[in-house]
Amino acid sequence: MKVEELKATAAQVRRDIVRMVHGCQSGHPGGSLGCTDLVTALYFHAMKIDDSKGADGYLNFSKEGKGEDLFFLSNGHISPLFYSVLARRGYFDIKEMTTFRKINSRLQGHPATHEHLPGIRVASGSLGQGLSVANGAAYAKKLRKEDNVVYVLMGDGEQQEGQIWEAAQFAPHYKLDNLVAIVDWNKQQIDGSTDKVMDNRDLKAKYQAFGWLTVDLLDGNDMQQVLDALAAAKALLGKGQPVVILMKTEMGAGVDFMMYTHKWHGTAPNDEQLAAALAQLPETLGDY
Amino acid sequence: MKKYTYTEKKDTRSGFGAGMAELGKSHPNVMALCADLVASLKLDAFIKENPDRFVQCGIAEANMIGVAAGLAIAGYVPYATTFANFGSGRVYDQIRQSVAYSGANVKIAVSHAGLTLGEDGATHQILEDLAMMRSMPEMTVINPCDYNQTKAATIALADHVGPAYLRFGRPVVPVFTDPNQEFVIGKAWMVNEGKDVTIVATGHLVWEAIQAGELLEQEGIDAEIINIHTIKPLDEEAILKSVEKTGCVVTAEEHQLNGGLGDAVCQLLSRKRPTPVEMVGVDNSFGESGTPAQLMEKYGLNAAAIVEKVKQVIARK
Repeated sequence: MKVEELKATAAQVRRDIVRMVHGCQSGHPGGSLGCTDLVTALYFHAMKIDDSKGADGYLNFSKEGKGEDLFFLSNGHISPLFYSVLARRGYFDIKEMTTFRKINSRLQGHPATHEHLPGIRVASGSLGQGLSVANGAAYAKKLRKEDNVVYVLMGDGEQQEGQIWEAAQFAPHYKLDNLVAIVDWNKQQIDGSTDKVMDNRDLKAKYQAFGWLTVDLLDGNDMQQVLDALAAAKALLGKGQPVVILMKTEMGAGVDFMMYTHKWHGTAPNDEQLAAALAQLPETLGDY
Repeated sequence: MKKYTYTEKKDTRSGFGAGMAELGKSHPNVMALCADLVASLKLDAFIKENPDRFVQCGIAEANMIGVAAGLAIAGYVPYATTFANFGSGRVYDQIRQSVAYSGANVKIAVSHAGLTLGEDGATHQILEDLAMMRSMPEMTVINPCDYNQTKAATIALADHVGPAYLRFGRPVVPVFTDPNQEFVIGKAWMVNEGKDVTIVATGHLVWEAIQAGELLEQEGIDAEIINIHTIKPLDEEAILKSVEKTGCVVTAEEHQLNGGLGDAVCQLLSRKRPTPVEMVGVDNSFGESGTPAQLMEKYGLNAAAIVEKVKQVIARK
């Protein structure tokens, strides 16, 4: 997909996110909007996935994902982004987004496999676990000699979890050079800026010290830069080391009043705020 | 009382190691993971024959559980191994989210459970793991009683699809079950038929229950002994059927009274057939250093303790 099409898709995904969170008056718009460009670029451009469709017209999905690139979302609270991208990519009916966080839905507050939503391979939400799962999936790809990439997205607040660093030492030890981790380095978390809550300090130096190759993505809300970073990461694969993209984003990106603050981490817009947000986001693919 | 004899004593963890060695030959998708305790888990034979299917994870158990989940997603059958303490309480949340809630086909296989870990003391003597794992949805929980049963359980789990917790231990104990036994997950083993009391035992307490049964026989008490190796799902039918006959129960386990096999049996009986129950287990206490035999004696987890509880419960009938 070309960059202009990706931008248009991302705009629609942002509308979906804001509408979903408004629809149930709960959820996490800030990080979802911040990571929209990346996850859109992954599913509509970078990742090799099975494009075959079942009798119901939706994409075939297998948890094992043999022969496919895989994506794991570790910071599961940005589920509205994940759901929108999966639906827009063709895994399920976009109308199902109306059920987000509501009773009897497959679109749980945090991503889950339990209700068998196509596209989800593991539950996430309790932070710090996704990189370990991606390690296992990447290890399996190596064992099977599958030439695919495993991607995992984490938050920067999440880097405070100890398990992240257990996982960060595993991937270089086993030379998982088919693994691309992305850290959403928006410098915000629930209680305030990451610098104040628990300073991550120099994440790049930390990952390098653990044995990772790094890619700087200075503006993760610029689609061309996102594509360039993903291409740079791919070019570093196969060299005996895992790759991490340190992605600077703005929480709430695309909606002016949700940016430059942590306050929209987990807050839903009211009717007026919804209208104000949607006025900034063109309806490119048709609302659900 | 049916006679049980043994010609050798072995540790249940060696039964696990032997089971893994067989799975290495029979099940190409089975993998072993370990957190720096390969010798303790008796994985040497598996690793020697299947070096590519072993993943050393270092002292990083949380990551090990996640790696196991990732391998399971890809279709492998990973056995994540460490001491019971580090494979349950330390990683409860990782098991809950990445394994059980995610429906990942991961086997958590743990050694050195309970007091019989011995001299290392209470930091390592997990006595709460069955409670944690029992309460987790989707989780199968197994605590075999000797070398042969542990080996059989290890092998049976490879063909069971779904998360499971397999708990075994360090001390050498009598090998008294059939080496060719068929291990059916969730199916109790009738050790001895009797009419006066039902003794429901798991793990290392099964041999103690047999010893207790012989002592009771000398006093004219005819004990029915049931081995519950699968704590969850519990073989309710076997227990209810036995209680119809005996009218009272003693449970025995190397675990806290809170949340273990005894609790599971009480929950069943209070709902379906209220019955006097006495429980042998650790009563709201941590363990301490000592030899396994000294600890089992001090904390009341042996044949003598079972005999005493049997007399108490019969008096309540």
